Amino acid sequence: MNPFQSSSNARKSKDAFGSIVLAALTYIILGCTLFIFYDIAKKGLPVLMPVFSEKGGEVLNTDFLTRMPETLVEFTDAEGVKQSLPSSDFIEYTKANPDAVVENKKTNAYSGGGIKGPLVGTALLVLVCMVVALVIGIAAAVYLNEYAKQGRFVGMIRLAIMNLAGVPSIVFGLFGFAFFCLFPLIPVFETGLGTDLPKVAIPMFGGHLIFKSLGNSLLAGGLTLAVMVLPVIIAACEESLKAVPKGFREASLALGATKWQCIRTAVLPYATPGILTASVLGVTRVAGETAPIMFTAAVALKGKLPWDSPSDNGIFWMPDFLTDSVQAMPYHIYTVAARIPRTDATAAMQDGSVFVFLLMVMAFASVSIYLRIHFRKKLKW
Amino acid sequence: MSNSMNDTTRTATAPVPNNPNPIAKQDAMIEIDDVSFSYDHGQTNVLRNISFDIPAGKVTALIGPSGCGKSTLLRCLNRMNDLVDTSKVTNGQIRIMGQDINASDVDPIELRKQVGMVFQKYNPFPKSIYDNVAYGLRIQGIKNKPKLDEAVERSLRRAALWGEVKDRLGSSALGLSGGQQQRLCIARTIAVSPRIVLMDEPCSALDPIATARIEELIAELREEFTIVIVTHNMQQATRVSDRTAFFYIGELIEYDSTAKIFSNPSVKQTEEYITGRFG
Repeated sequence: MNPFQSSSNARKSKDAFGSIVLAALTYIILGCTLFIFYDIAKKGLPVLMPVFSEKGGEVLNTDFLTRMPETLVEFTDAEGVKQSLPSSDFIEYTKANPDAVVENKKTNAYSGGGIKGPLVGTALLVLVCMVVALVIGIAAAVYLNEYAKQGRFVGMIRLAIMNLAGVPSIVFGLFGFAFFCLFPLIPVFETGLGTDLPKVAIPMFGGHLIFKSLGNSLLAGGLTLAVMVLPVIIAACEESLKAVPKGFREASLALGATKWQCIRTAVLPYATPGILTASVLGVTRVAGETAPIMFTAAVALKGKLPWDSPSDNGIFWMPDFLTDSVQAMPYHIYTVAARIPRTDATAAMQDGSVFVFLLMVMAFASVSIYLRIHFRKKLKW
Repeated sequence: MSNSMNDTTRTATAPVPNNPNPIAKQDAMIEIDDVSFSYDHGQTNVLRNISFDIPAGKVTALIGPSGCGKSTLLRCLNRMNDLVDTSKVTNGQIRIMGQDINASDVDPIELRKQVGMVFQKYNPFPKSIYDNVAYGLRIQGIKNKPKLDEAVERSLRRAALWGEVKDRLGSSALGLSGGQQQRLCIARTIAVSPRIVLMDEPCSALDPIATARIEELIAELREEFTIVIVTHNMQQATRVSDRTAFFYIGELIEYDSTAKIFSNPSVKQTEEYITGRFG
């Protein structure tokens, strides 16, 4: 007789049932995700790469990536063929064929052209955000982890940072709107203001130092996103710093390094991979946020890129494009999804935008994963 | 100066009971004078009223069971304990070359350049062998390549590692064996030309062969440096050291020549420990 025979079949089947339920729940999540990806790819891929559409076509729809969004004009021409053209093309068409018959003309806002504006805008917002967030975040993490005396006060700061991470993004958006867009933050020196002075004007050198608010601008949006992603960056940086072996610090200090030399040469270089990985993940999150930028930076439609003749901001030390509003991918998607009807003509813009944006975010995530694997292999101790 | 005069007279007239043959003051590199030390703002002392002198150009071993405070004392000597916010020397003075090292005008950075340290777990940086040895000099601002080359070669030769690594100075230090990594750490320490080298159980993570090589190295380095070594291994203490201090729960029980401690200790506790009856 087998001495190890199972004594209870009920226990066995209970166990099996449990594992099946857990597995099923896991696969449901996986299934949902895959279905979403599939659906987006199925609808969006033919827009970006018409070769995959039923009608076929070119390999890459470069227009979609290199044109600004504009209004789409639908019409029926003389032969009774339905056409849809972005408004600028339509104007050229009517110029070239002055006596062309245009019937059933219908316009759809935002759905013509391409998504160059939102792509560039999102890239700039992310850039501004990450520069600010990394500088402040690394500094804060180094201070909290290396310099500050670990006590109740530092504990409270950590708690506050953690809480900040849980604040809904719309709250950050409103905060950014109030603080960065409306509050006069930027000192500017101006002469010849006469008697028409703002509330705060400090007279000096025959002129006045006044403060300007940023308004709806790239900088305000970038700063708002930076504030939002700061807790994540700080926490990740602290983790990375903690992961650097104590032995490196001790060895460095025992050789007569100052605290800063120790941090610069024996801690930060070995924390960089972690910081980098975390910040790329931060980028993924920031790039997709709509709420913080909808009040602070983003506009639905803009005919030009930020650096094409931005309006003068009157601040001599700040590039004009920083104080100009931008388009951004998440807000663009919100616009084309919520503000225009879905028709055969507009679907291309809707599906294509989502697909390209998904690719963009996945690319960032892949970079992050690659960096993590790469550095893990390279830096071992 | 007057301070050290006073000490000489005091020690000459009234020797510390546990220190029957005090070293002549002029030979003492490190004078530990009634030192108590605490990790918690002085509430409990992990070292209590330790007094003894460590001679220049000799190897001094600190032995004792775990938790007896020997490593703590070692870390007091280059003020590595400063890294622990709540730690403090609560009583007494540690003088190195006659200077109280906890005086307010002592820069721990300058102290550590003179008092190097080798750690229990070998801890080379994940850099090249060359960069590891050159680290201490570089942070002192030395950029002159020939000078660095010369110092790296001299230190590696001194640490008996040159022959093994001279063809791969540019490769990662982490590719070396454990024993080689520890010798690299010794090379890194002596590259900045300290007067004193503190070793905190330098062989505890090494196999017997690597240990033997480190011990040979210690024997060679004793002429140039004053070495203080913490060890759990009593055979090692007898092999490498000239003098031995035995600690037990934060107190110095006995301090004498190594030969005397291991052949004819004057305190019963010492005898029990070295014969393996406790600890």
